[in-house]
Amino acid sequence: MIQTRPWLTYLTHAVLLIGILIVAYPIYFTFVASTHTLRDVVQVPMPSLPGGEFFGNYWQAVTAGLGEASGTSAVGAGRMMFNSLVMALGIAVGKIAISIIAAFAIVYFRFRFRMTAFWLIFLTLMLPVEVRILPTYKVVADLGMLDSYAGLTIPLIASATATFMFRQVFLAVPDELTEAARIDGAGPLRFFWDILLPISRTNIAALFVILFIFGWNQYLWPLLITTDPNMLTVVVGINRFLNVGDDQIEWPIVMATTMLAMLPPVLVVVFMQRLFVKGLVETEK
Amino acid sequence: MAEVSLRDVRKTYGDVKVIHGVDCAIADGEFLVIVGPSGCGKSTLLRMIAGLEAITEGEISIGGRVVNDLEPAERDIAMVFQNYALYPHMTVYKNMAYGLKIRRMSKDEIDARVKKAADILELGELLERTPRQLSGGQRQRVAMGRAIVREPSAFLFDEPLSNLDAKLRVQMRVEIKKLQENLGITSVYVTHDQVEAMTLGHRLLVLNGGVVEQLGSPIELYERPASVFVAGFIGSPSMNILTARIAAEGGAVELPGGDRLPLSNGGSAGQAGQRVTLGIRPEHLEIAEEGADAARLTVEVVELLGADTLVHGHFGNDRSDLTVRMGGIHNLKHGEVLPLKVSPDHLHLFDSGSGARL
Amino acid sequence: MEKRVVFKHPVLPYLLLAPQLIITLVFFIWPAGQALKQSVLIEDAFGLSSELVWFDNFIELFEDPLYLESMEITAFFSVCVASLALSAALYLAVQADRVIRGAMTYKTLLIWPYAVAPAVAGVLWLLLFNPTLGILPFLLRGVGYDWNAQVNGGQAMLLVVVAAAWKQISYNFLFFLAGMQSIPKSLIEAAAIDGAGPVRRFWTIVFPLLTPTTFFLIVINIVFAFFETFGIIHSVTQGGPAGATNILVYKVFNDGFIGLDLGGSAAQSVMLMGIVIGLTVIQFRYVERKVHY
Repeated sequence: MIQTRPWLTYLTHAVLLIGILIVAYPIYFTFVASTHTLRDVVQVPMPSLPGGEFFGNYWQAVTAGLGEASGTSAVGAGRMMFNSLVMALGIAVGKIAISIIAAFAIVYFRFRFRMTAFWLIFLTLMLPVEVRILPTYKVVADLGMLDSYAGLTIPLIASATATFMFRQVFLAVPDELTEAARIDGAGPLRFFWDILLPISRTNIAALFVILFIFGWNQYLWPLLITTDPNMLTVVVGINRFLNVGDDQIEWPIVMATTMLAMLPPVLVVVFMQRLFVKGLVETEK
Repeated sequence: MAEVSLRDVRKTYGDVKVIHGVDCAIADGEFLVIVGPSGCGKSTLLRMIAGLEAITEGEISIGGRVVNDLEPAERDIAMVFQNYALYPHMTVYKNMAYGLKIRRMSKDEIDARVKKAADILELGELLERTPRQLSGGQRQRVAMGRAIVREPSAFLFDEPLSNLDAKLRVQMRVEIKKLQENLGITSVYVTHDQVEAMTLGHRLLVLNGGVVEQLGSPIELYERPASVFVAGFIGSPSMNILTARIAAEGGAVELPGGDRLPLSNGGSAGQAGQRVTLGIRPEHLEIAEEGADAARLTVEVVELLGADTLVHGHFGNDRSDLTVRMGGIHNLKHGEVLPLKVSPDHLHLFDSGSGARL
Repeated sequence: MEKRVVFKHPVLPYLLLAPQLIITLVFFIWPAGQALKQSVLIEDAFGLSSELVWFDNFIELFEDPLYLESMEITAFFSVCVASLALSAALYLAVQADRVIRGAMTYKTLLIWPYAVAPAVAGVLWLLLFNPTLGILPFLLRGVGYDWNAQVNGGQAMLLVVVAAAWKQISYNFLFFLAGMQSIPKSLIEAAAIDGAGPVRRFWTIVFPLLTPTTFFLIVINIVFAFFETFGIIHSVTQGGPAGATNILVYKVFNDGFIGLDLGGSAAQSVMLMGIVIGLTVIQFRYVERKVHY
């Protein structure tokens, strides 16, 4: 470490702290707002310390949402978070499962259409849902999957990033390991289950973290295909709360819901930081 | 019972011929070493025996069965890889038990076999460790243990000692030899190290560019190499190879620089006046009295090793670098001329074109 | 890159690939094909009749001032978000690279905005900037500046740019930091011995060595700004006021879903597809080659 003047170190820490403040302030603000009554929140400037309505507001947010005022038949954040959880888990697990076997097939087998399959899957990298909104919606509608968990998860589980990541991982597994397994008498499925999967454990975990966050934070897709308030995910639900026209928006409840919406992914990132970073790096290769 | 035989085995990749027809019959319990430089095809040959590479032409049989179309697991062989190929997430015990588990052996039987192999290889205390926690030599032994528990018809070794340091290599070499003698299982062993080959093999198969240069016991290869290649490959320090000419009147070979060395009588090798490639092992050059039958070496560099002395020099004005090995300590000086003689039996003559033994 | 050891099995690989391929075909390829098809048709909203018009929809797009304006807005938006997010992240990464103590804590505290959904990020900043409730307009009014993003287009743009950049900073920060930490310290020390001060060291040694990472992040940031910011626009400004923040991806949604202009929306989708393909090609051919981890 090159020695520099001490005041530079202080400056460095100061800058970083400011950075953290900028990053954290919006959250703090929202959190504070979520713990006051509506009246306190509306009066400007808002109090800068958390108020006493924490339990009251959050309880209402979780159970009843905005009530009749929202016109969304009083769906609580609890229900919405459950939907989000199902969606996020469904996407994460689903994506991992189908990608890992697809990668296994592409790497470890020779068959006609192998390269065709590869390029087809590659194509999906270039087709995020935003570029095919309407037709995909139509397909889902035609299949009767609107307003369902299946509709929320299945269309999103086939993209290529996970497949390519597993492909890289498998390509790096030494050939001799496979040969030894073959000599030991292991067929392809046995090899996959007994050897390849355990070796890929950390990659699977890292990918799970990334995909869970990705799934939880989905916005456009759930927005399109859910109209039943009971199927709303929490990320979309906030938006519904905001667009209730010019009626008095129950800000504290909205803020509380927002905090709840952020909570699981943030917890995941903070507590599984190493896995999360690994997952980010691996999928971008 | 467990012989391995190769009949005119060939391998082609697309248009490229890699193995040009190998014939070899390995007896039950024999330790055959396939040796040759990098890229000669020895690993390919081994993998064809194992079933990891397809056989383009020819036939391979193990234990009397033709195995060309059989999967590796069906050939009743076990293999030890250069990089050990241990399953990183399994304990030593599980690594060794894996193949048996797949073959649906009973737990008791598996346990008995694993423990027995662990005893032989002194792995008893390491059974619950994972490969990550083992040293190179220990991993090597686990790899062998995995092969032993299978009690196969043949062992296949693919340069298993290449990743170990020199001292460990020597130690493991001896262990492998003892092991094979105790177990008596037919073994095919691939290496590029000729010292390993010489010490381990009952017979050696020298492979060069996919072609068998010679098949024979180590001493046969040492005393009567069939080609220049084998001559230069076997023996350390390697054999001196010179261009020379058979004397016009026969009976002697003329070295660069003019000196002559007598050939053995009845030597049908070569015709008078023929240019030949001459091979003489460093250990077969002895100091002679000055005389007509001596070759005079001009000394350039002397390596004093204590037990031996290696003298490097040249004959006459030739640029070739010759090595002489003499026992003991000889303090020779640069530029000194050393008269040398060689017993005619130790002169190896090869055709200067084909390299074949004359 | 191929494996030397492969299994041969007549049926298994197809079975393994089936789930992914089926879903890909049904939910990706088929809809994309439909989008292509619809982009060369004019349909009425009920889908009862359609007319092949070849490139008319596209020509119409390019003659439509709103579309062109949307392209400009999107370009402007992406450049702003990318520059802001990249420079802030770079600066923070430089600082984080220098501290020894607490590096891990700083890292943790700075990366978690990645976990926040863009839509939620939008809401957070919406609240902060809300003319009635927010603390920032209050402060701005204190210095005589009236803030109302629902009326002022420029302010709306600023709002969404800040929200988007805020989220993206953490991602960039991570990669910049990783990039810097992979630069051998010996290079920097050699420069220091040669007499280069910290600023010069950064610009002449660290930054050039970060170029692969930087290119990579530029592409990622642009893709993010083009596509993943839908949530921000939809929650915060709905493309307004008066189309000031009507980025391309939002326009596709708006025209198609709400305006029910199927042909035009499909044509826009196709245009977006083209952009993604272009960006992906750039990423794979020019960037991936140079980036090694």
